[in-house]
Amino acid sequence: MESIVAKFYLQKGNFVLDLEFNAPKQGVIAIFGPSGSGKTTLIRCIAGLERTPIGFLSINEQCWQDENRHFFLPTHQRSLGYVFQEANLFPHLTVEKNLHYGWRRTPARKITPDEVAELLGVTPLLKRYPIHLSGGERQRVAIARALLISPKLLLMDEPLAALDNQSKIEILPYLEKLHTEFSIPILYITHSLTEVMRLADHILVIDRGKLVANDSLSMILTRLDLPFTKTEEAGVVIEAKIIEHDKDFHLTYLTFADEKITVHKINSPIGQSVRVSIKARDVSLALVNETSSILNIFQAMITQLVEEEQAVVMVQLSVKGYPLLARITRKSVNLLNLTVGMVVYARVKSIALL
Amino acid sequence: MFDIVIDWTPVWLTLQLATTTTIILLIIGTPLAWWLARTQCWCKSMIEAVISLPLVLPPTVLGFYLLVILSPQNWVGQLWLSITGTRLVFTFTGLVIGSVLFSLPFVVQPLQNAFSSVSQRILEAAATLGATPLDRFFTIAIPLARPGFLTAITLSFAHTVGEFGVVLMIGGSIPGKTQVLSIAIYEHVEKLEFEQAHILAGGMLLFSFLTLILLYSTNKYSLKKL
Repeated sequence: MESIVAKFYLQKGNFVLDLEFNAPKQGVIAIFGPSGSGKTTLIRCIAGLERTPIGFLSINEQCWQDENRHFFLPTHQRSLGYVFQEANLFPHLTVEKNLHYGWRRTPARKITPDEVAELLGVTPLLKRYPIHLSGGERQRVAIARALLISPKLLLMDEPLAALDNQSKIEILPYLEKLHTEFSIPILYITHSLTEVMRLADHILVIDRGKLVANDSLSMILTRLDLPFTKTEEAGVVIEAKIIEHDKDFHLTYLTFADEKITVHKINSPIGQSVRVSIKARDVSLALVNETSSILNIFQAMITQLVEEEQAVVMVQLSVKGYPLLARITRKSVNLLNLTVGMVVYARVKSIALL
Repeated sequence: MFDIVIDWTPVWLTLQLATTTTIILLIIGTPLAWWLARTQCWCKSMIEAVISLPLVLPPTVLGFYLLVILSPQNWVGQLWLSITGTRLVFTFTGLVIGSVLFSLPFVVQPLQNAFSSVSQRILEAAATLGATPLDRFFTIAIPLARPGFLTAITLSFAHTVGEFGVVLMIGGSIPGKTQVLSIAIYEHVEKLEFEQAHILAGGMLLFSFLTLILLYSTNKYSLKKL
């Protein structure tokens, strides 16, 4: 099942990239880390734009690099789409010809330029030159161009970093569409927690050229030894399905792990999956389940307690195997006598749709 | 003025020489400029210096050395003679060789600058889209270096048309064979045939001016499009 197998060692001046990982072949794998941590170098190695003296890479059991046998497949023979931070469109070609560039060179095409142009909303731009496009439009064309080679792997190097907020908001839904409509694994570099929470299924955390963590989104976000739980925004992301709309109260009911979640009305059809986030600061704990103004209450087991500051404790909980975080005071921990293994009621004050 | 007989042969010879020289220079200069734009070889500065020599040397110096090297007394001229049965000095072929060397910097420098400005990232993007190195060169690097090519072609053509010293040294002034326009003008003046000299010189002035207008306007246009 794990079908991206990678191992790289590269020294460039003071910087050393030295990591090894296996990752699932589906969904969005976020590569997360501070600037200068080696994220871009890592995906350049995966793309074959850099050759490491020690290295191994195989995608779906197809070997792309094996330095033990001195084997290195050059970039143009790798079935990969690469979306750069700047779109890097060909300035001398129209949008249409940019889209055709990779497509014409692909022997096993699965999609047509028309389909992809429609999907990414670039059909009205086909006759234009890149210089006449906005930043967001350019990036959409770049994504479309990369998809057209029907890649086995899509690499995206902070595709939103160079864009203003408006363009980011405009392009995120298209990225989510990629996630749901294509079964191409996507390696997505970012240092934005928002993008991670909206898009990622799996995360590789990198720091100073080394792999710090490699796990699913929910596990990474709730691991108390990683920086995510230390921020003000710490929380979990839950993928839930819409089961019912309540017109009278203007609410929508979602389900995950046999639990029911109540949120403000969402304008999406029943059956669709949505991502919601529950912040640690919005979760309080109680020993008994009593009726209150709070609608979302889950029975949960305490799996870990970590003192963050002198006054604050981060509690890691499990709701039928799904992790949840609660940030409460140390005084409350004492009052309720909370310990690992205890079953409590997690009361969620607010749930945000991502 | 109407009874003046103008011999147009030098004009045709000049155009033929300039065209041949430009074509050969593009074939040699393009890969050379591409290599210079990408290489980090220690020998790069030395090669650049050699290519630029014609810019600083008096044409007669270059012409003198070529005359020596290409003459049948030297092994280069000897070799040519034994293969083709013809001499290099005082022939059209000799003129082409001289012109190619003399105009080399006018082709290599603009091309090298143009290739240097082609972004590495764009070429990498083409590689990720499945283009082989040669494919990337022809479909990305060359079109993006188009203004450089226009400059190189125009400069090489115009420079060859206007050359005098090198041509005189290795070609002499054999009518119909090596007597090009600039030399024909010189000969007319020597023989005090000022009317013929006027017509040819005026024509050349007009030609050079039109060439430069063409160069600047097309470059402006191609920059706008990008």
